[in-house]
Amino acid sequence: MSQQAHAAPGGVRLAHHFDDLQQQHESAQLGMWAFLLTEIMFFGGLFLCYIIYRNLYPHAWELASHQLNVLMGGVNTAVLICSSLTMALAIRTAQTGGGRIPQLIWLSLTLVFGATFLVIKYFEYVEKFKHGLIPGPSFLTSGHNPEIFGEELRHARIFFSLYFIMTGLHAFHMIVGIGVMLWMMRCSWKGMFTPTNYDGLEMFGLYWHFVDVIWIFLFPLLYLLGAHAAGGGHH
Amino acid sequence: MSDEHKHHIVPLRHYIGVFLALIFLTGATYWTALMDMGPLNTPVAMAIAIVKALLVVLIFMHVKYSNKLVKTMVVASALWLAIMFGFAGQDYLTRSWLG
Repeated sequence: MSQQAHAAPGGVRLAHHFDDLQQQHESAQLGMWAFLLTEIMFFGGLFLCYIIYRNLYPHAWELASHQLNVLMGGVNTAVLICSSLTMALAIRTAQTGGGRIPQLIWLSLTLVFGATFLVIKYFEYVEKFKHGLIPGPSFLTSGHNPEIFGEELRHARIFFSLYFIMTGLHAFHMIVGIGVMLWMMRCSWKGMFTPTNYDGLEMFGLYWHFVDVIWIFLFPLLYLLGAHAAGGGHH
Repeated sequence: MSDEHKHHIVPLRHYIGVFLALIFLTGATYWTALMDMGPLNTPVAMAIAIVKALLVVLIFMHVKYSNKLVKTMVVASALWLAIMFGFAGQDYLTRSWLG
């Protein structure tokens, strides 16, 4: 291993403990997937909670689900899919040696989509606060909750606990993602991602797509459950 | 040991195709949710979600073009998830059998 290999131009950075860039790339991929596996299990626990409580209180789940804004949730699903496409294209630009500016354009677009998601989520949360749909002692008396949920009032509160934990944790991942995105954009600006080594950007892409996959499951499970039986309830 | 290895570069039209499929399937999720299919609503919604997740994982996340170790890791995560859901599920499912 010559020193030149470590400091070669064009962003080629090979750590001394790897034989070559291929091995370095595959190790990064494996490590990132190991991390994502822990994330899948971590979110999986919450999905398990959801399944168990939904089976215990199916009617409360339907009533509570109707209080969510399907339009906002649906638009956010589309926004995240767009952000995944632009993320994939940012990495593709690095792979094909498209240069810094196209990379930065795709990354900026991804950033904008990510931020749009969070802004919409913010307005959704505000709506829930306004209607008193916040799990806590006040849930039992505030807004129209007693009329809407009737006998299922306490069980509906469990739904909203899970709604806020699951979407909140997802939103937290988005915020972290945007933070890392800014760092990636700085690296991209410095020309660190080239066709021979764009590992950092690709690993970040895996994280970004993973967060999208979580939302792909959250949307139907939280927003669309029992939509066919919607008997109003939207404020 | 060369630095000239080539990673698989996914053709642009595949990315666009996956994107369009994801948007279409999101519409399909909404549309099927409006239909009353009795106990089938959730399985249908989950089937669509799994297809969407597979598209993202295989194409956007490049797992289709990754080595066997990475593929094993992905399958392992599904397996561990199934163990967690399966074991907890059989407990709750059979509690009422005790009467």
